[in-house]
Amino acid sequence: MSTANRYTTTAITLHWGVALLILSAFPLGLYMVDLPLSPDKLKLYSYHKWIGVTVFLLVAARLAWRLTHAPPPLPDGIAAWQRRASSAVHGALYVLMVAIPLSGWLMSSAKGFQTVWFGVIPLPDLLARDRELGDLLATVHMALNYTLAALVILHVAAALKHHFIERLPFLQRMGLGRKARA
Amino acid sequence: MKLAVFTLIAVLAAPMAHAVEYTTVLPKQSRVDFEFRQMGVPVKGGFKRFAVQMAFDPAKPEAARATIEIDLASIDAGSREADDESAGKLWFDRSAYPKATFVSKEVRALGGNRYELRGALTLKGRTRDLVIPVTYTPGMAHATFDGSFVLRRLDFGIGEGMWADVATVANDVPVKFRIATTPGK
Repeated sequence: MSTANRYTTTAITLHWGVALLILSAFPLGLYMVDLPLSPDKLKLYSYHKWIGVTVFLLVAARLAWRLTHAPPPLPDGIAAWQRRASSAVHGALYVLMVAIPLSGWLMSSAKGFQTVWFGVIPLPDLLARDRELGDLLATVHMALNYTLAALVILHVAAALKHHFIERLPFLQRMGLGRKARA
Repeated sequence: MKLAVFTLIAVLAAPMAHAVEYTTVLPKQSRVDFEFRQMGVPVKGGFKRFAVQMAFDPAKPEAARATIEIDLASIDAGSREADDESAGKLWFDRSAYPKATFVSKEVRALGGNRYELRGALTLKGRTRDLVIPVTYTPGMAHATFDGSFVLRRLDFGIGEGMWADVATVANDVPVKFRIATTPGK
């Protein structure tokens, strides 16, 4: 059995771990912003921030892993433009997975709320308190998130298309389904 | 001649005797700040408008007195949303209790430039005694009085109902103030 068309177990674990966290933090963020102020809202904001910091750290680990472990080659039969699009989208996903938690952290600082990971580990405030800047960063954070959502949909759609329509051994790459035969 | 000298001394001495009594407060150099903990995170806030009536003579500190009246509508509670929320019944109930008032009862000299200010704080219709350590710093332009104490918000019913949970918003709220004064005229 070959693992040549499969990411490493570490990469797969990190991929799905981060995916799960993003899929929790995104709807949580959408939900919490419109809540009237309450203790529950404060709790949800804290959880959202804790998830964001965790994503940031896991993405740093993913980047380090990715830079030292080449991904499996794409199967034959994928057009050149799709290969280019694939690396562009993957690059953009990485950029966003770094930029989104960072923008959230900066927004929180600018709004005057320090981020304290799990309520225990305080992150430094990189910006001084400034309500206008905080509002601007909130817009940036939201715009980056909608961009991420669009790219994630594209990412998932492309993987499903390659797998189910083109019938290429694709989802196995990320550990889904039976391991591909060589 | 003798009369002239006496007159001169009297004229010079009179303002000097009163010059050390600090009664005029400089609002721009004065501040009332607090810091509350929300989900374990310290959040800074303060009040922008407050009126202070005071008299302090370092030679007679025990005769000092101070009244501080804080306009609760001038709150900075960390965010606009919290500013608005703080006006509600569960917090300051500001339409019924628009002001916080501190009235001194006693000042004790602790040695050096340190004093203990004892008095009563009235907030949201509740009155509690406070003991506030204060440091007096004489200066060329003005003298400052720096004090700090911990306000237990639930003693005053600040944050009732769903907000009474001190795991979300801590009960202890450190309060810091600086009152800058010049001698009165």
